[in-house]
Amino acid sequence: MAQNKLGTFPGGLKLAGHKHRSTQEAIQKAPLSKQLILPLQQHIGAASTPIVAVGDKVLKGQKIARADGHVSVYLHAPSSGTVSAIDDQPIPHPSGLSALCITIDTDGEDRWIERAPISDITTLSEHEIRQLIREAGIVGLGGAGFPSYIKLNPGVHHHVETLILNGVECEPYITCDDMLMRERAQGILDGLEIMQYALRVKNTVIAIEDNKPEAIAAMELALASRANIKNTNVVAVPTRYPAGSEKQLIQVVTGKQVPSKGLPLDLGIVCHNIGTTYAIGRAINNGEPLISRIVTVTGKNVKKPGNFETLLGTPMHELLAFCDTDRKADDPFILGGPMMGYNLSGDHLPVTKTANCILVGVDDGAPASTPMPCIRCGDCAEACPASLLPQQLYWHARAKDLEKTQEYNLFDCIECGCCSYVCPSKIPLVHYFRFAKTETMTQQLETQKSDIARVRHENRLSRHELEKQEKEERQRQRKLALAATKAAKEKEAAQSPESGKED
Amino acid sequence: MPLSRLSSPFLSGTNRITLQMLQLLVALIPAVIALVYFFGPSVLITMLLATTVALIAEAVMLKFRNRPIKPFITDGSAIVTAVLLAIALPPLAPWWLTTIGILFAIVFAKHLYGGLGYNPFNPAMVAYVLLLVSFPLEMTTWLPAVSLNAQPLDFASTLQIIFNGPLANSIDTVSGATPLDAMKTQIGLMQLPSQIIQQPLFNGIAGLGWQWVNICLAIGGLFLIVRRVISWHIPVAMLLGLVSINAIVWLISPETTASPLFHLLSGGTMLGAFFIATDPITASTTVKGRLVFGAGVGILTYIIRVWGGYPDGVAFAVLIMNMLVPLIDYYTQPRVYGEVTK
Repeated sequence: MAQNKLGTFPGGLKLAGHKHRSTQEAIQKAPLSKQLILPLQQHIGAASTPIVAVGDKVLKGQKIARADGHVSVYLHAPSSGTVSAIDDQPIPHPSGLSALCITIDTDGEDRWIERAPISDITTLSEHEIRQLIREAGIVGLGGAGFPSYIKLNPGVHHHVETLILNGVECEPYITCDDMLMRERAQGILDGLEIMQYALRVKNTVIAIEDNKPEAIAAMELALASRANIKNTNVVAVPTRYPAGSEKQLIQVVTGKQVPSKGLPLDLGIVCHNIGTTYAIGRAINNGEPLISRIVTVTGKNVKKPGNFETLLGTPMHELLAFCDTDRKADDPFILGGPMMGYNLSGDHLPVTKTANCILVGVDDGAPASTPMPCIRCGDCAEACPASLLPQQLYWHARAKDLEKTQEYNLFDCIECGCCSYVCPSKIPLVHYFRFAKTETMTQQLETQKSDIARVRHENRLSRHELEKQEKEERQRQRKLALAATKAAKEKEAAQSPESGKED
Repeated sequence: MPLSRLSSPFLSGTNRITLQMLQLLVALIPAVIALVYFFGPSVLITMLLATTVALIAEAVMLKFRNRPIKPFITDGSAIVTAVLLAIALPPLAPWWLTTIGILFAIVFAKHLYGGLGYNPFNPAMVAYVLLLVSFPLEMTTWLPAVSLNAQPLDFASTLQIIFNGPLANSIDTVSGATPLDAMKTQIGLMQLPSQIIQQPLFNGIAGLGWQWVNICLAIGGLFLIVRRVISWHIPVAMLLGLVSINAIVWLISPETTASPLFHLLSGGTMLGAFFIATDPITASTTVKGRLVFGAGVGILTYIIRVWGGYPDGVAFAVLIMNMLVPLIDYYTQPRVYGEVTK
């Protein structure tokens, strides 16, 4: 299949990549930490439920928490050791929250539980494959952390035409997918085969930004050696942020736009991240659940930047020490990329399934200037990849006119940060949009709650009314009965005056 | 922690308001040179005066409004307003005229509406219109180009006229009507535009000096488009709007109007198209809206020039379209990504 003509999405930015810094060395194994802290929620959906108790001995790869509900996955011990605590610990989160975590004191032996590799996937049904992927704890490793098995289940109403492997990695600094493709292309294709089988796709596109020629070459070379993988192409996508965002990538690859409030599946498309694909391959072919991931550690203040295969739960400060990092309190300390990541509250937080990059200090960071008023230049609208009007959104968000922000399609904002980046007045636009989104969701929740409360109250009133009526009815009945017996007695007394006298 | 570091993005582009304003001033340099060459050094004095008054007024107003002075005085917006008004004013405009105009622009048109970013009308044009309505004589008498003037003024006498009033016995030799004005009056006297344009004042095209000033402004405007300080939509739409209505009228009755080329290169056309109508604060912000806005300014400019009471219509046209901006923006919202077209 010849490379199709590529589409383009509106807006976007050309950003300095700074990727060179972390691609000088091959992927290294991060040292085993004495203690691993595993948050029970490392994915979108319901948190997992612990199935171990404090004091239990666990083996590497052993399940320690089970999926709770439909949108949830399992969690595994990344190394052998003893469960030392199940309690609230600080987790990586924009608001610096704490949440329930399982802490494992490792014994240094790194002893595996018995694994069950599958040599021939055709012996399994699609459903069984999805179940295995769920039990292996695999979620989208690109950053969102949506349980992957759900995205491998198109359901009976949809038919998947195209699978897109997202190796775009458009955010500056991050290189974990790039290095994975360079070094483990075969492993990625292993995962791809399983996905193609589970989704029964017609064709597959492996999309890679054209600033990663090594990764493109590695994937093409690997693909050429695998005759059994059919209708699959490596496509070089022009480097433009945010080309790696799902909807934008789909438009580049297929020329189609995902409907607003819709899913890629509505176009017969499913997107998976490169890292996720690799993890699926390991899970099925080697029986290894998701217990580690590649983390890019880079930034201005990192002396030995690179990519590290890190066990989940490893405290970040150990990884930073391993990379010889000189973290300054005032410099940005970010989980994820500089455009969409968030500030970390400290470095004693664990590496989670979605931690693709730890960025310590950026090269051309936003100045600490007070924002000037909006001069309506419209640069933000020009840069917006969702064709929104950030300036109008800002206006209404600032006025807390939440209804108006909805009218201007606030929830189509993907928070890519392009508008804030280009703003000549340095207004933190995305900050306002996040605020407006949270406010709106809180309001909706409140409305729901008050609706429930109202219904309850009305039910209670009508119940009371009913009870009152029943009570009155009973009283009436009793009175009637009483009157009847009284009348009967009087009658009786009239008939036999003797007995009356006796009274 | 400052707001800009609280949440992503942690990167920031190099674009700044000050940088945009600075480039705008750079883009005006060719036109200022042309003005000095054709109409004498007066424009330089007026610019200096206007800028000084503007900065003082800006600082005082910021103080009154309890706003930080440094970031706002250095944003360059007051200087741009001052320079644009100075270029629009006639040469030898007396000092009080300039001062009244600038004070009105900064105090009333800008700060009383909330300062930078909140003014619905272009301050320079508000001031221009105020002066035009209040002092029509001073605002419509222009110096003829230096080469048409029997006694070109030197710097000292220019200074003296601006600050001390006209020199005795020389008032008639230094002032006259603008080409736009002369064209309008003579067409009103039933003369043919094709003949009027042969007079020395017009230099065959659009007026001696005027055409070069306009060409220089257009060159500066192209620089701004290339540097992405302004987008092409408003200037192109405005010039097309002006030319198309002009061409229609010209084809139907060439005896009642000058050619599109004359209107393109005369009066405030290019200043309006590239420097005034493109003021982001007071113009439309959507892409489609900018086309509508620009076309509106162009068409209204022509209508006012030809059928209105004033020789030039750019200032009025811009202000009228400023009023319509909220409406235009509301009805020209772009289609959101993935939105199904109805």
